[in-house]
Amino acid sequence: MLKTVDIQSLSLSRGERLLFQGLSLRLSAGEAVALTGANGAGKTSLLRAVAGFIRPDAGTITFSGGPNAGPGLDGEALEPETARREGVHLLGHLEGLKPTRTARQEFDFQTAWLGGNPAARDAAIARLSLTPLLDLETRKLSAGQKRRLSLARLIAAPRALWLLDEPLAPLDERWRAVAAELMAAHLASGGLILAAVHDPLPVSARSLDLGGLA
Amino acid sequence: MRAVRVLFGRELSLAWGGGGGPLLACGFMLCLTAILPLAAGGDPRVLAPAASGASWMALALASLLSLERLFERDLEDGALDLLTLGSLPLEATVAIKAVAQWLATGLPLALAAPVAALALGQQAHLIGLTALAAAIGGLGFAFTGALGAALALGARRGGLLIAVVVLPLFIPPVVFGAGALTRAADGGDPLSALALLSAYVLFAMVIAPVAGAAAIRNAQG
Repeated sequence: MLKTVDIQSLSLSRGERLLFQGLSLRLSAGEAVALTGANGAGKTSLLRAVAGFIRPDAGTITFSGGPNAGPGLDGEALEPETARREGVHLLGHLEGLKPTRTARQEFDFQTAWLGGNPAARDAAIARLSLTPLLDLETRKLSAGQKRRLSLARLIAAPRALWLLDEPLAPLDERWRAVAAELMAAHLASGGLILAAVHDPLPVSARSLDLGGLA
Repeated sequence: MRAVRVLFGRELSLAWGGGGGPLLACGFMLCLTAILPLAAGGDPRVLAPAASGASWMALALASLLSLERLFERDLEDGALDLLTLGSLPLEATVAIKAVAQWLATGLPLALAAPVAALALGQQAHLIGLTALAAAIGGLGFAFTGALGAALALGARRGGLLIAVVVLPLFIPPVVFGAGALTRAADGGDPLSALALLSAYVLFAMVIAPVAGAAAIRNAQG
């Protein structure tokens, strides 16, 4: 089980443009960090670097945890690729839904693929009131409905680190409140959240400002 | 194991859903076969010797059709991120997708290949061998095709690029596969050519997942 993420003097660039350098951040179990900054400051890139999709120019991203981790104990360092495949959820701008498949087919695939269990799956469907949506093709879902499906994925396949990119943007008031409850519950159970946001996160979180355009 | 099963299920459902992709590939192959007599004339003395070669060429071209779908759509809609974060290594994901591609497209084409070859005047007793060679070769097409599709990820007009990248890699299976049939048609033993074909396919099955996964990671960055 993943307990901490340690980012040390990280430098990221996209193409020729340097986004930021020397960024250090430590995230422990039960903590949330809200990434803020102007459009193009590198919030999404940082999330994708933590997920392992972007190779940093310099610096390291390490994960620790394991059975020996507990309060005050980091446990041992985890092999990054395994840590990501077993402990990381990424909720990005794109929901990864195939337009011609039904929400049920896609949700069941994503949940099983990410290592979810049937009980958590049913709980997630109930929590986000997905039952009326499940038989629709995903191209018929609104942006908010697709986002609810993605939020359900987060709880149907329990993983420690949630990387959230503008998680609340397409949601209305009611579902923003539900998302806030899900995040609070995740933190309370020892989860970690790193979220790129423009509005404040609805849970208590440290803030990390990536600034304007570098 | 459950992850392997659900990914297979998804890939097959995507291949068959929305317009019967495999039937399209078979139709394309039979159309190519029908064009040859119109272009070269209907004389069986011309067509029959070329039957194995022409049917293998049609097979190779038809195998290209659905390769663009393999990774490009998953990259565009974000599903590739999800696939990368799944419980299986990306190499296994590429291999599963390639095998599913073979099941969905390669095997139907292997069933249609004898029809194409017969229509061009191939001897009837070679039906079984034609289908067998096409099935083995199709596995090679699926794996080398997956590699090409991964390499072309993110490029504009990727479909055309895949064809240019992949067709040279299709040459060995075409040589060995069509060679086995020509051999058998001349009364020889097709086994050595089939063994070479299988060797190439095994080689592709080892190389393509590793190289394909590396290409996908590169495209995601």
